Parts: sequence; C-alpha cells; structure tokens
Amino acid sequence: MSELESHAAAIAEQFSDHLDITQEDVEERLETLVEEYRVPLDEARRSVESQYLDEADLERDELGSGDSELVQLGEIDEDEQWIDLRVKVADLWEPGHESIAQVGLLGDESGTMKFVAFDTSDLPELDEGTSYALSNVVTDEYEGSFSVKLNKTTTITELDEEVEVGDDAVTVEGALVDVQSGSGLIKRCPEDDCTRVLQNGRCSEHGQVDGEFDLRIKAVLDDGREVHEVIFDKETTEELTGIDLEEAKQMATDALDTTVVVEEMQGDLLGHYFEVSGPVFGRYVLVDEFERLDGPADPESALIKARSI
Amino acid sequence: MREVARRVFASEFNDASHTFKESDDERAPAYQLLPTGEKANRVFFVGTLTEKEDIGEDNEYWRGRIVDPTGTFFVYAGQYQPEAASTLRDLDPPAYVAVVGKPRTYETDDGNVNVSVRPESITVVDAATRDRWVVETAERTVERVAAFEDEGNEYARMAADRYDADPDRYREVAVEALRGMDEDGDADATDTDGQAEPTP
Repeated sequence: MSELESHAAAIAEQFSDHLDITQEDVEERLETLVEEYRVPLDEARRSVESQYLDEADLERDELGSGDSELVQLGEIDEDEQWIDLRVKVADLWEPGHESIAQVGLLGDESGTMKFVAFDTSDLPELDEGTSYALSNVVTDEYEGSFSVKLNKTTTITELDEEVEVGDDAVTVEGALVDVQSGSGLIKRCPEDDCTRVLQNGRCSEHGQVDGEFDLRIKAVLDDGREVHEVIFDKETTEELTGIDLEEAKQMATDALDTTVVVEEMQGDLLGHYFEVSGPVFGRYVLVDEFERLDGPADPESALIKARSI
Repeated sequence: MREVARRVFASEFNDASHTFKESDDERAPAYQLLPTGEKANRVFFVGTLTEKEDIGEDNEYWRGRIVDPTGTFFVYAGQYQPEAASTLRDLDPPAYVAVVGKPRTYETDDGNVNVSVRPESITVVDAATRDRWVVETAERTVERVAAFEDEGNEYARMAADRYDADPDRYREVAVEALRGMDEDGDADATDTDGQAEPTP
C-alpha cells in the first residue's frame, strides 16, 4: 500500500461512522491535491478531512484520531505519541495482572510490537489473527523497547483485508523454569508432509508408524512478569546442550529408555537465564538464536529505580 | 495458561501467610497473597542450600534450607516430587540452587502459619545466576511496591486488609539486598589485592 493509500484508508476509516465514503473516493480527492496542486500529503490529508468534516457537519475534535498519524510499528521511536495503526493481532498472551484486559503482539509489514489494553478502558476484545484499524493508541517506552497502549479513546475497526505481518523475530528473556513433555529425543511421523511427534509410537493422524528420531526442547521462559513458551529445534538443541542426535540415540540405546536424554539435558537448563529470538508461531517462539545470560548482573540500575520511588 | 513464577525475597515470602482461591471449584488454583500486593501460584528463586535433612519416617521426605540475602526459604520434597527429592539427596551443601515451586502454608499447633515451598524442580546454578536473580527480584519487588497504591490494584487492597506490614518495608529489603551485592564485589576486589578479609 502506498503512503497515499494508507492515508486514504485511514480517512475512510475515520469517517466510516459518519459518511458513506469509500477509500477510492478519498484517494481521488487526495490525488487531486497531491498530484495536480502539488500539496504535500500531510496538508492534503488535513484538507480532505476538513471537506469531509463539513459534509458530515462535525468538528475536528469529534473525530477520534484527528490529530494522530497513521504509522507503521517499525517507525515508532518515541514515547507517548498518539498514533493510528493498521495491524494484525499476531499473538495474545496471558495478562500478568488483573488490571490488564489483553496483552500480546501486533504486527504489520514493518514488524511486530507488544500491545497492552487495560481493563478500565472497557474496549472490545481483539481476536488473534484478525486485522484491525486502531486509532488513538499511545506509544510507551520501557528500558529502550517500545510498546503501544490502547485506551478509552481508542477506536477499533475490524478490517476486511488481512494486514501482512513482516517476518521479524521477537526477543524474549527470562529464567528457564520448565522443560515440557515432548522434549529431548523424540520420534516424528515419517509420512509425507507429516512431522507430528509420536506418542507411544503412534501418530495422531497416521496411527502406528516407524518414527524418525529428532531432537527438540520445548521450554518456558519466565521473567516474573510474563511467560513465553519457546521451542529449540534440532540444531539449536544441539548447540544449547552439547548433545547431538547421534549421542542422544546412543544414550537412549544404552539406557533402553529415551527419557534419559531430556533428563540429562534439563539439569543444565532449568533455573538458568536465557535470551532467545525467533519468529512467533502460535503460542511459541521458534528459537533461531539464543544466549545464555551468565554474565555479571548489575545492581546499579535496580538500585536507582528502588530509590526513585 | 501457565502461571507466572513470581520473584519474591524470602523475607516477604515468609510473611505471606494468607492464601485464597478465586473460584469455588475445588480444583481451582490456590494463591498465596504477597504483602506487596500480588498473587502467587508459583515462585522462582535462587539461593544457597545451607542444610538438608531427611525428616521422613517411612518414606524419604527431604527438607532443605535455602538462603537468600534477606532470609531463608524452606523447601520440602517427598515421593511426589521425585526429581527434586533426588536432587536434594545428592547435593552437598553449600551449593547455589535454583528452585521453581508452589507456595505452601500450614498452621502450627500454636497458631502460627509457616510458609514453605513444594519444589517442581531444583537445579544447581552458579553465582552469576544467583546475582541475576537478586537484581531481578529486587526490581519486581520494587515494581509491586510502586504499584501498591494504584487504583484497581485488587491484590494490593487485599494485602492492605490482610497484613500489617507497610509494603515499603519490602522495598527497603530489596535495596539492602542490592547494596549487599555491591559490598560482595568490593570484598572480592580486596581479596585479589592480597589483603586480609574483613572480620565479620
């Protein structure tokens, strides 16, 4: 979508409750100003908005997002800016606190960003995988990372079209507090295009099959505020644990039991801190890169924070 | 969905004697109410295992004392926590350990409520992990204290009703824990200069 089209869509959105206009109508008016009269796009938008305000007999401040600008998530680099977004809900997480109605990840072409909606704002719930125009959301910064907050004045409009989410990686960190079942040395279904993990030698789709061995770790990272489920695939599991598939098979053969592998692996993982990054798939972060956080901790910033309240 | 493992120092944890449920369903999770105004169904902590003892009669039942800069966590692991029990059996104190577990309370004959942890896992870690936990736990504690007066913070209201202690006390405890880390650092530096350790 061109910048002009984005603006046109946003304007059409803004007036959708008041006037029967389409994005094409708006585009036409914008194009006239921008192309024929050489008016800068911002000014053109303002002018077109004014025309529609007149037509709808509205004041500018009755229009929720009159002053906020449609931006992409990747452009957000300032705290407390009022903005509009066209996004898809990429992921919803469990709210860590009663005051939070929804928390999760929004995505657009430029990437993804955390969002929070507070219980007191009384907003309709966002559905995972659905695209929305959000107007009047406010940016927030915490220790250099940005998020957006929905608030009482935010308007949420479901979009017919799907917003494409840029393939960017999220980074999460925390203590590794659990290694989930289905970790370590596992067997997958060998059928074409089926990679389901077997339970007791059975695939839920293809029944009893001769599985193929694989390694993975499903773990939970927890920073005391949020939990993230993460999956290490064969390569990252080998790198993480120093145990490769051949060794794992040998361990299982020697013990006549595959569970010895995960038992051996988790002793060095549980209770340790990690930072991982990778794309989000469903409720999991698929780990592309990870770092064991075993450097010295710095109490100074925490002290400053503790003394500032 | 999985519950967050709260970060709480031993001094606050051991004061958190009130538990509650959020529904009448008997399988509903039980929460411990932290005096800084948060519910805890799971905790994560790192400290020094200083003692362990098998206090079971017929079956193994291990009690461990795990010390952080503010106090002592008591963990109990028996036949239903086989991995944690076997870790305690095999470990020689002192050792840095990380524990994920569920808060448990029980009332003693004289009416006091003792707070302990039923571990899901106990693993050996290093001093850097312990330090990271102290910093993180101080931050989370301070955040809870800072949010204590927030409108709509229902667990803070509950804590104000249930507990006498001023939540700011736990902020002070957190500051002390952080300052203690600084001093540890200085002491190490002194050692490398070949000077005698300060007498306690």
